Amino acid sequence: MSVHLILLALLMAAVTYPSRAVPLLVPGIERLPKRALDYLQLVGPAALAALAAVNVMVVTQAGHQAFHVGVEWLAVIVSIALMAWRKNLFFGLAAGVALVALARALNLAA
Amino acid sequence: MPYDPAMTARTPTIDLATSRKRLWQESVGIAVSATGFGFVYGLAARGAGFSPIEAMAMSILVFAGAAQFAAVGYVASGLAWPGVILLTALLNARHLLYSAALSPWLRDRPAPRRAVMAHLLTDEAFALSIAHFQRLGRADERGYWIAAIASTFIPWNLATLAGATLGGQIADPSRFGLDVVFPAAMAGLCVGLVTGRRELVAAAVGGTVGVLASLALGTGIGIVAGGLIGPLAGLLVPSAMAHERAPLGTPASAERYAMPGGPHFETAAEADPPADDGGAGT
Repeated sequence: MSVHLILLALLMAAVTYPSRAVPLLVPGIERLPKRALDYLQLVGPAALAALAAVNVMVVTQAGHQAFHVGVEWLAVIVSIALMAWRKNLFFGLAAGVALVALARALNLAA
Repeated sequence: MPYDPAMTARTPTIDLATSRKRLWQESVGIAVSATGFGFVYGLAARGAGFSPIEAMAMSILVFAGAAQFAAVGYVASGLAWPGVILLTALLNARHLLYSAALSPWLRDRPAPRRAVMAHLLTDEAFALSIAHFQRLGRADERGYWIAAIASTFIPWNLATLAGATLGGQIADPSRFGLDVVFPAAMAGLCVGLVTGRRELVAAAVGGTVGVLASLALGTGIGIVAGGLIGPLAGLLVPSAMAHERAPLGTPASAERYAMPGGPHFETAAEADPPADDGGAGT
């Protein structure tokens, strides 16, 4: 069983812990410029959007990246719409997964 | 402006037993959400090639849902570890503000206990415990442990184990549409974080830059470029046009990062808004 990603987990924990611990252990040290706070506020949406978009729009074939269009787009769009409408991630996820499974079962999508 | 509990602290409006009862009720909702979400994380991690022990190590050591999901994508895309670590640090930097908001409440607790509390500080633990403290008008350490451990840490880790174990039993996950769990979860979480026009621009530019840079330079570079350049584009939106509804470090922000679909945490500030504009962190 592979264990080499445990080291990555440790390193990720090492960069996460200070932001959780420093203000609790050393009160007052956390003050950041407003511009830095504004930037950090935007990292989440940007990073998650990049991950989602790259995951469904880019495929790697024989070491080269190619633009991909497929039923996964529709699944993600449906998930986004349901998440925005119902504020429930699982509802959106279930609908997206069901859509793709159905399309593949009916041979409508690869 | 960072969330300042001094702006929202109130005289107690509720006794300890009643507030803890409410905390437990809210924790059950979070626990159900954490169970489902942790299971999906376990499935996604397994699909990306993580072994169950590696998926569990992430959940125990990092214990940060969005960053863990992102790490699954980074690893699957072949992103080098320094890139994974940089983006993890940026994604999790918001905890600085939660920790700062809790610090005045917990400053008289022994340092070793505060050090342990810090590891268990998540969006959910912050949102649940700050609401509980505000209802009481003082800190309640046991309440913090309930919020951090019972509501999230235990269900998240058990569900990760279940997802990572069962995920390995499914011979062809794509047949069941499970390959879209990861991008759909990322997109859904992203929608939850769009709390103003800056976030919308950051997400749109992040996604676009991510795809274009991936096609030109590889997916590892593309994902990092999207995550770093998107926020710069978002900052170009003038403050007056931002319409920010959940500033970073406030309970509203924590609720956005917390697992979507969980309960809404009503703070004392919401229940009893001050006459001026000194609401939670605005």
